[in-house]
Amino acid sequence: MGTLLVRRLAALVPVILGVSVAVFLMLHAVPGDPAQIIAGQEASVEDVAQVRHSFGLDQPLAVQYARFLSRAVVGDFGTSFRTKRPVIDEIGDRYGYTLLLGAAAIAFAVAVGILVGVVAAVFKHSWVDNVCLLVSLVGVSVPNFFLGLLLMLGFSVWLQLFPLTGADTAWHVVLPAVTLGLPSAAVIARIMRSSLIEILGNDYIRTARAKGLPEWLVVGRHALRNALMPVVTVVGLQMGYLLGGAVIVETVFAWPGLGRLTVQAIAARDFPVVQAAVLVLAATFVLVNLLTDLVYSILDPRVTLS
Amino acid sequence: MNDIPSFTAAAHVVAGANAAEGTARRNGLAIFWRQFRRSQLALPGGLLVLAFVLVACFAPLIATHDPLKNDLARTLMPPGAENWFGTDELGRDVLSRVVYGARLSLSEGLVAVLLALAAGVPIGVVAGYVGGRTDMIIMRLIDVLMAFPGVLLAIAIISVLGPSLFNVILAVALYTIPIFARLARGATLSVKEEPYIEACRALGVPHLRTLWRHVLPNIAAPILVIAALRVAISILTASSLSFLGLGAQPPSPEWGAMLASGRNYILIAPHLVIFPGLAIVLLVFGLNLFQDGLRIALDPKTTDLR
Repeated sequence: MGTLLVRRLAALVPVILGVSVAVFLMLHAVPGDPAQIIAGQEASVEDVAQVRHSFGLDQPLAVQYARFLSRAVVGDFGTSFRTKRPVIDEIGDRYGYTLLLGAAAIAFAVAVGILVGVVAAVFKHSWVDNVCLLVSLVGVSVPNFFLGLLLMLGFSVWLQLFPLTGADTAWHVVLPAVTLGLPSAAVIARIMRSSLIEILGNDYIRTARAKGLPEWLVVGRHALRNALMPVVTVVGLQMGYLLGGAVIVETVFAWPGLGRLTVQAIAARDFPVVQAAVLVLAATFVLVNLLTDLVYSILDPRVTLS
Repeated sequence: MNDIPSFTAAAHVVAGANAAEGTARRNGLAIFWRQFRRSQLALPGGLLVLAFVLVACFAPLIATHDPLKNDLARTLMPPGAENWFGTDELGRDVLSRVVYGARLSLSEGLVAVLLALAAGVPIGVVAGYVGGRTDMIIMRLIDVLMAFPGVLLAIAIISVLGPSLFNVILAVALYTIPIFARLARGATLSVKEEPYIEACRALGVPHLRTLWRHVLPNIAAPILVIAALRVAISILTASSLSFLGLGAQPPSPEWGAMLASGRNYILIAPHLVIFPGLAIVLLVFGLNLFQDGLRIALDPKTTDLR
């Protein structure tokens, strides 16, 4: 398994390199002269020329890319146009918050999704199942900025249970995490339901029931474990959605994460920060995907990482 | 029985099939309809979507006010007899804005998905049909695009193109292309080995004709199902981007943009957030229900009656 892991990691290298090329080209794809953008619209011709030379923008693209990559590898993404701080510090301040929010959201999504899915499967075709279906269909239809505002209105303004915005205490993470995780919870619930229904139709489940096992043990011990496999796959797929959705949810709740930084940087045309944030988020996503595959192969010994 | 629904899809996609197929096609439509009705929620969903389409078409007749006309004497009015959904911070009628917003959201979703289909399906079909090095290069590029989590690719594209409604549609389309390309490639790979494709080759049918007349109709069903889902997702994504200030700009009555400006008044005028938000939820909810019916009707392997 060790060598397989190394092979999978090696397969990621071209993908990450491709992403880095795309991110590098971003600055050059922007309409207008990159040197002018860096120097600012009011800069004099001499300043722009100065910037062009000191940023190496007068070099061939390939040389510029090699420079960009060799610096990016050691975490040097230049300085933020907006704050004049090193980009890596800006990212470092925010990265932990995004990981925390993402982890809380996925924990919520998995817990609620599995619970609702199991309940719907056990009571399949009853009114309970129908309610679960309806709720999960609504869950995937609500845009998370609207859900976030509704939760804020309900739980922060009217009930005053949770703080409105910011990230000062542990309570601050609850509403953003629920907002971000709810659509994923709905997807997980649907998969959990259909997977469990399929497993519950197996012969060994009938055997377990025939020997007089109580239903909760049949489901809990015999069915659930096997029914969880497709759920793991879906959780992996939802990670991308969560990292992307974080951009929106962080903006709604003024959560000081990487997503909000990205939006702020785009608004300020602060390209070094946008480049670094996009690269870091994409790399995180790719690594999380690999991690999901690892978990999958541990849960199901038939699956190898090849 | 098994291949009939896919034939149905073929009947839908290949326009101008010869007259001899007429009766078979009517049968196909009847079967499609019966299967579609198996999802009890598909018809209400379709009607809900139809309602939004009608609202969009007849917006000038339905709107009670000019959606862009300020009335500073009547700002932030709660819902009432004069303004059913209340007025916003500039005294504009929220109902009329929501009604006109249906045009924007529907075109965002439809245009983005049509663009993505037009680019993604040929890419995937060619990759799958030609195979070899072409396939490998295309798929590596697709892998790079898929490494951007969720809406992040769309956000990165907009950071380059600049914020506008048109650029949002373009960004959402680009972000959807890899999904269709992968899907089309996978379906083409499985169809390619069928005897009838082999027969085409043996008869010396030109490749383009084989692709258009024989491959495309047979891979259309799964692509249509996903396309319907992507319309819903594209509407969510596009309105999210407008919410972030990256899409439709004020005073455009785009629902996401309306939520963005309405959130500043959420404490004193929650109707500014609730009505456009509900419009998005209902439209996307309807599309999701409709898509579920489509999935069941076009997927011969569906066994679960939901």
